[in-house]
Amino acid sequence: MVNEVLFWVVAVLTVPPALSLLFARKAAHIAMSIVLVMVGLAAAYVGLDAPFLGVVQIVVYTGAVMMMFLFVLMLVGVDRREDLRETITGQRWIALFAAGGLALLLVSVVGRVTIEPAPRGVVGNPEEIAMVLFGEYVLVMEVLGALLITAAVGALVMTHTPRLTPRRTQSELQAARVLAGADPVNKPMPGVFARHNALDAPALDPEGRPIEHSVSRVLEARDQMSEGTDFRARLENTRNPEDYQRPSGAPSHDADDRKGRREGRDEEGAQ
Amino acid sequence: MLSVTWLLIAVPLVSAFVLLLAGRRADAYGHWVGVGASASAFVVGLIAFVQMLGLPGEERATSVHLSSWIPGTELNLDAGLLVDPLSMTFVLLITFVGTLIHIYSVAYMEHDPDRRRFFAYLNMFVAAMLLLVLADSFLLLFVGWEGVGLASYLLIGFWNQRNEYATAANKAFIANRIGDIGLIVAMGLMFSTFGAVDFATVFDAAPQATAAQLTAIGLMLLLAACGKSAQFPLQSWLGDAMAGPTPVSALIHAATMVTAGVYLIVRSAPIFNGAPDAQVVVALVGAVTLILGALIGMAKDDLKKALAASTMSQIGYMMLAAGLGPIGYAFAIFHLVTHGFFKAGMFLGAGSVMHAMNDQVNMRRFGALRGAMVVTWVTFGLGWLAILGLPPFSGFYSKDKIIEAAFVGEGWQPWVLGGAALVGAGLTAFYMSRLFFMTFHGKARWTDDQHPHESPLLMTVPMIILAVGSAFLGLILASGDRFTHWLEPVTGHVEHHEPVLPVPVLIGATLVLVIAGVALAWLKYGGRDVALEAPTGSLAAITARNDFFQDSVNRAALQRPGQHLTRTLVYLDATVVDGAVNKQARGWAGLGEASRRLQNGQVRSYAATMLVGLVIVALIIVVGGR
Amino acid sequence: MNPMNYVILASILFAIGSAAVLLRRNAIVAFMGVELMLNAANLSLVAFARIHDQLDGQVMAFFVMVVAAAEVVVGLAIIIAVFRARQSISLDEPAELKG
Repeated sequence: MVNEVLFWVVAVLTVPPALSLLFARKAAHIAMSIVLVMVGLAAAYVGLDAPFLGVVQIVVYTGAVMMMFLFVLMLVGVDRREDLRETITGQRWIALFAAGGLALLLVSVVGRVTIEPAPRGVVGNPEEIAMVLFGEYVLVMEVLGALLITAAVGALVMTHTPRLTPRRTQSELQAARVLAGADPVNKPMPGVFARHNALDAPALDPEGRPIEHSVSRVLEARDQMSEGTDFRARLENTRNPEDYQRPSGAPSHDADDRKGRREGRDEEGAQ
Repeated sequence: MLSVTWLLIAVPLVSAFVLLLAGRRADAYGHWVGVGASASAFVVGLIAFVQMLGLPGEERATSVHLSSWIPGTELNLDAGLLVDPLSMTFVLLITFVGTLIHIYSVAYMEHDPDRRRFFAYLNMFVAAMLLLVLADSFLLLFVGWEGVGLASYLLIGFWNQRNEYATAANKAFIANRIGDIGLIVAMGLMFSTFGAVDFATVFDAAPQATAAQLTAIGLMLLLAACGKSAQFPLQSWLGDAMAGPTPVSALIHAATMVTAGVYLIVRSAPIFNGAPDAQVVVALVGAVTLILGALIGMAKDDLKKALAASTMSQIGYMMLAAGLGPIGYAFAIFHLVTHGFFKAGMFLGAGSVMHAMNDQVNMRRFGALRGAMVVTWVTFGLGWLAILGLPPFSGFYSKDKIIEAAFVGEGWQPWVLGGAALVGAGLTAFYMSRLFFMTFHGKARWTDDQHPHESPLLMTVPMIILAVGSAFLGLILASGDRFTHWLEPVTGHVEHHEPVLPVPVLIGATLVLVIAGVALAWLKYGGRDVALEAPTGSLAAITARNDFFQDSVNRAALQRPGQHLTRTLVYLDATVVDGAVNKQARGWAGLGEASRRLQNGQVRSYAATMLVGLVIVALIIVVGGR
Repeated sequence: MNPMNYVILASILFAIGSAAVLLRRNAIVAFMGVELMLNAANLSLVAFARIHDQLDGQVMAFFVMVVAAAEVVVGLAIIIAVFRARQSISLDEPAELKG
């Protein structure tokens, strides 16, 4: 009875998350779903009198393998959305036919077989597995150890990139930043020296114009930044407009200038 | 002494190689080496000749074994030389006339930068011809035969910087190749019939062979002779062969090359004796060629080409005589010898004229050279008288005998062959007189830059010697049938046959025709002005001037069909043979192209393939396992 | 409860994994599909071990896990290397295997 419940729990715990492999758009979501599948499988192992494997499953898959997947996902960009449109002609139909056919075939074959399980013995405890592993299969264990070391070294070799250019010093980086048109000095803090000290309010330059990039990029992306026009209108009402004429030769704050600033910011991010 | 006959061949051959290999450092004395080689060959030949004279007639044929050549069970052939009166005649003719031509060439080629090479080729020519006449088997003869062809090719194309000269050399070579095929086939037939290709075995066995076999061999030999001797229908190369330096022409026409065909026929007498049909064909070919050559000679304005046509015609006489069988063999060789002298003399005279006239060969630009070149005029005149066949000059004795012999026989043959020979004599008289009068008599029609002068002694002396020979050799050799007796061991003794017409009548008719021809030529060319440009003339004249359109005929009859054949073969090769291969290749390529689409580079497609394969395998296991 | 049900579950999971490999262009997702297939195989191995009351199936599953771990290490390293070279982890990008 307990086993029966456990099976259905496992089935519900594994199949729907596994289906996310086919339908979810974000790789991070899929990875988390698979973690769930792995945990479900660990439970199944326990239910199948293999508690040692259940533990190993949790440790190796959930703890190590899937975490490594997530780690790599972060490396290559976690916010990448995958385009699910198919590019290869007929690939979707072939895949559905093949996978569905395989499922049908296996289920129909396996489903018609009824094997009474052997009466439950004492198998499954870690000690007995250890006896088998380090007795009968000790050589295989050694070879597997060698395999793991080889794989680790291989991964190191493959991900290692030798430095081809000399390391850039801080002064060089700064020079490059200025050459790219970025601000030579620190970015202004938002709002602090103007009338508003809220984070969403841009700082004002000495002429009273708003400096948009003083506001956090996140707020800008969320459209939560206060519009600079408000301040400008308020200023124009209180001051003589003549004062706002920009002296000739002063640095431009126009759109192309902002582009340079954004590149400077990217440069900063790359550091 | 006879055992060193091989020196005859070896000396000029070694000299040729030395001259060729020595290079420029031998330029200063190379020509004298060449002359010396030829002259020493003549001396060796002369000694052998004297020695042979001391022997009784039937012992005069000697075989000189040189070495084993092709040892085998089926065909066992030794290289050896056959020295008998016939080959000795040729040896003397070749070396004597050849030496004179060598001497002449020293002066004639004096300003040619390649004179040493020229003499090397001349020596090679002589050596090859000597090998040809001295060989004791058809195969060794063939070696000399090819050597003659090679040397003639090199000499005709000696000035190959001029394209048409090189073409003429090619033409001669290719025409000779056709004849060579005849000789090769004849040798094959001999081998299959007699199992041997050496003279002794073949000639001993010839009487036992059937007439058909002998006829086949004989016709093939005739084809070979036609190629080498420029007989109809392979005559076309001879006129163009005038591209070579004039001494070469003299050598080709008098001593070597064209006489080889006659030699082959006479040498193969035992075969032809058993094949009357082949003999008739030989005689007819000779008759046709002699008329043809005479007609061409009448129309040519080119001094050398007219002489070449005359050679063709005279060789026609010899072939005619050779085709008559035993009664003609000796006369053919007799005429060959006298012709060798007077034709060589005339060619050297022609060379002397060209030498004087800035290499001009157009007779319409000559005239009145008699005064300027007395020696040439006299020597050429003696040659002219000899070829006319006027007594007591050489030509009379040899040619008249041929005419007489041609009239011997039954049925249509004497009338046709004899008539041709008779008419040919008249035609010869006309065109040779025309040539002679146009060149040496009449008014001077020289171009402004021509200042005729007599040639140096080195050139005139050989001409004088040859002229003396032309004048008196016939008389000497004919008196008491000396020459016929000399050749008897080879050609066999023949009882005298009466011609269908009485001999005095024939002699009279011949002389009348000759004198008529000379008179006509004098009337037309001697006494009157000769136009500088050749008149358009009748259709016959145009035909003759164009060598009876031999080149066009060859082109239409041989070259075009050959081209069509090869083109068809190429087309078949391209479409059928290559087509099949290409189609197959294209099929495989298409298969590859089709399977290439499977290899689209998409990893997921490969994965799909794998999975589909897995499903299929699983399905087979499930369904099949049941 | 018959352990054969687990085998059926394993079959379904295997099919889902294979479909993911075929359908997803993101190399990491496809790789996860491969992991799912391996785990499905493991599940069936363990289930058969239970059915036969033997340890060999479990040992085999254990080995599969080890090999899968090694494979993941190398595979992810490859993905990172490819990403460095192409700035992309799409499986459709490297089509140089084209014939």
